[in-house]
Amino acid sequence: MFARLLPEKLTVYTTLVGLLNARNYNFGGEFVEAMIRQLKETLKNNLYNEAVYLVRFLSDLVNCHVIAAPSMVAMFENFVSVTQEEDVPQVRSDWFVYVVLSCLPWVGKELYEKKDVEMDRLLSQIEGYLKRRVKTHVPMLQVWTAEKPHPQEEYLDCLWAQIQKLKKDRWQERHILRPYIAFDSVLCEALQHNLPPFTPPGHMPDAQYPMPQVVFRMFDYTDAPEGPVMPGSHSVERFVIEENLHCIIKTHWRERKTCAAQLLSYPGKNKIPLNYHIVEVIFGELFQLPSPPHIDVMYTTLLIELCKLQPGSLPQVLAQATEMMYMRLDTMNTTCIDRLVNWFSHHLSNFQFRWSWDDWADCLTVDLEKPKPKFVKEVLEKSMRLSYHQRIVDIVPPTFSALIPAEPVFIYKYLDESASSLPGYPVSVTVGNAIKNRASNEEILTILKEVPNPNQEDDDDEGESFNPLKIDVFLQTLLHLAAKSFSHSFSALGKFHEILKSLTDSDEGKLHILKVVYEVWRNHPQMIAVLVDKMIRTQIVDCAAVANWLFSQDMAHEFTRLFIWEILHSTIRKMNKHVQKIQKELEEAKDKLEKQQHKRRDSGDDEDMDKNSEDEEGQLEEQIERLQEKVESAQSEQKNLFLVIFQRFIMLLTEHLVRCETGSVDISTPWYKNCIERLQQIFLMHHVTIQQYMGTLENLLFTAELDHHILAVYQQFCALQL
Amino acid sequence: MAGKLNALTSDSYIDVSQYRDQHFKGNRYEQEKLLKQSHTLYVGNLSFYTTEEQVHELFSKSGDVKRIIIGLDKIKKTACGFCFVEYYTRADAEHAMRFINGTRLDDRIIRTDWDAGFKEGRQYGRGKSGGQVRDEYRQDYDPARGGYGKLAQQHRVTEGRNSF
Repeated sequence: MFARLLPEKLTVYTTLVGLLNARNYNFGGEFVEAMIRQLKETLKNNLYNEAVYLVRFLSDLVNCHVIAAPSMVAMFENFVSVTQEEDVPQVRSDWFVYVVLSCLPWVGKELYEKKDVEMDRLLSQIEGYLKRRVKTHVPMLQVWTAEKPHPQEEYLDCLWAQIQKLKKDRWQERHILRPYIAFDSVLCEALQHNLPPFTPPGHMPDAQYPMPQVVFRMFDYTDAPEGPVMPGSHSVERFVIEENLHCIIKTHWRERKTCAAQLLSYPGKNKIPLNYHIVEVIFGELFQLPSPPHIDVMYTTLLIELCKLQPGSLPQVLAQATEMMYMRLDTMNTTCIDRLVNWFSHHLSNFQFRWSWDDWADCLTVDLEKPKPKFVKEVLEKSMRLSYHQRIVDIVPPTFSALIPAEPVFIYKYLDESASSLPGYPVSVTVGNAIKNRASNEEILTILKEVPNPNQEDDDDEGESFNPLKIDVFLQTLLHLAAKSFSHSFSALGKFHEILKSLTDSDEGKLHILKVVYEVWRNHPQMIAVLVDKMIRTQIVDCAAVANWLFSQDMAHEFTRLFIWEILHSTIRKMNKHVQKIQKELEEAKDKLEKQQHKRRDSGDDEDMDKNSEDEEGQLEEQIERLQEKVESAQSEQKNLFLVIFQRFIMLLTEHLVRCETGSVDISTPWYKNCIERLQQIFLMHHVTIQQYMGTLENLLFTAELDHHILAVYQQFCALQL
Repeated sequence: MAGKLNALTSDSYIDVSQYRDQHFKGNRYEQEKLLKQSHTLYVGNLSFYTTEEQVHELFSKSGDVKRIIIGLDKIKKTACGFCFVEYYTRADAEHAMRFINGTRLDDRIIRTDWDAGFKEGRQYGRGKSGGQVRDEYRQDYDPARGGYGKLAQQHRVTEGRNSF
């Protein structure tokens, strides 16, 4: 139990078990049996990460003379034989190979001493497997696309290199604490147990194997100027340290003070540049693709705690890391840049926004769409949201003024007399006064009837068709009156919900309302986001309308800004949650019906009870039918949303690629990099949902006729075998 | 043994604090129950100048925010340094307790605590002068919270009159 919860202290507990086994052979036997049972359970329940720790524990029990080496080798052989299975997902055989390799730092030496021929055969089998593995997925998971200064290696490739090096060093591993060595005289007298033959459970279609990963590296021995040297990227020490630090975070992430303290008291910390390892592991998790193991904000707060505990050293390492990441922005994955922006701005807001901005003056000399100035711009925008505009003006040098965000003020078309020539001006004044005087909805609708419709010559259709000017006049005026705060605006949307719904009855209406919101609040992206959120939740607009609006020509100039993607992903999430909610209601209704039917069957034949429960069942069945329809309709809406989004991406990207081809221009513009990585991001962030619609996507959109640049993204996604 | 295991799965940042709302309509048991299920947080030690937008930006980092209610001085109807943040889910509120409580907003360390749920009237300070109780009696000078505490301000005035 402790081993599961504290895997970084594994060798302490194996030693304990070893000593107990030396005293009482039966205890050892029962313990091993219990562990095997546990292993079977975890594998059955898709708890692969936990299973790794169990196997590692078992392998370390070999070092403690509890388990006989040959039987451990036999288990490993069974694991590796999974690579011979046909028609199984690569991630399945990946996992079994990973488990074996990741135990070798602990037990490689002992196994080689006892069974070197078998181990050599095992390793050669693994090598063969690794050579024929498909690695299409790697580009999608790399934080940086550049190979310099540190290659971002596929995790199995890296581990293999580390084990190769360990073997070359004759399995001398110096980092892991091995308490059992001190007790060798007692342990070597103990009788060992043989592991029962363990056949890996077969592949089940609903199995969820761990996703492949890319190892995050940002530091090497040249980065820690004084003190202990950082183990090389292919040293097994590096693997063990990183494993253990990840384990500590996994155990203590809910309690940041404990987590920070545990990280900083890592055993053996005097022999390694611990602060660098910690910072690297934390950023590795934060930037992990598709998503971090824990919520983003946890890492921000953890780093703050670490700075508090080591004020003399950690902030410097963090600053160094930030500087390095800034330098490498040109090849950093866009999703990771987003996370870096959010982390850095939030971090700065806890330290009075103190930063040596002048060090980054180079970003002022290039096109503002390039990654470096874009990054600074987004950081300043987020920083402003956590403070206020003047604060940002004060904290950056005057040379940075082009990167300072706009003051988040409302832009009212009908502000004063100077707008009197605009066709909507007269009604804007009337409706504004009506709202201020608490006129009823009917009165306001009557006033709005006076707004001319630019879309038609005559107005004999009672003004029921789409009238963009009407929407413009009403919404601009309303939002202007409510501009004071989020609450004021939400209240306005709520109060006039009926009117807004009638104005946005058509798809064009929905699109136009979004257009108007953008026009008035284009200096305040945060406000746009919360208004769009509210309008979806109150069904003034639907998710597809938001997607179409974001991809529309009107928004093309904002396409690479972070707030656009935050709105889109938030919209997709709302859609997903909506589907899940109705599915849950359906499940609950079905459960209720089942219970009801059981009750009736068990209750005997009381006539009255029968009639009542029949009625209840009838009602439930009706409810289930309704919910079933609701689920289907929601799923259809969800599928349509993804189709719209992917279609739009394909159109935009194809246009760009064709234009570049005909003009013989390089396709790799900053816009293109951003766009193609945003497409990747859709796949990665919503992979669970998208999986359901793969068939449709492949048949309708991601066909062989597609430009290979775009198709590659789809193929990489499929290769993840998520 | 159970205690030891608890140390390993400890999640103390989401525990309910000692504070209980004296104006709560209902008994202690009911209040406890609501606190344990709540999606709403009380946020304290805000600057009087902190806006709803700033609160929204920070607290959105732990999940989608349903509603923010800025605490007001009962008499002046201006912000008086606290607010309520309501989330759609309990889990998101818990993340805020773990990762936003005790960090800075507008350069001030803010404090979050479980709240039994917003009810009309609870957005007003309960101090005699209209603001929060804590601002009635404090002796320090806090420019972001109206300067000196209300009692201390009165003393300063009377002192000024008498000292001549």
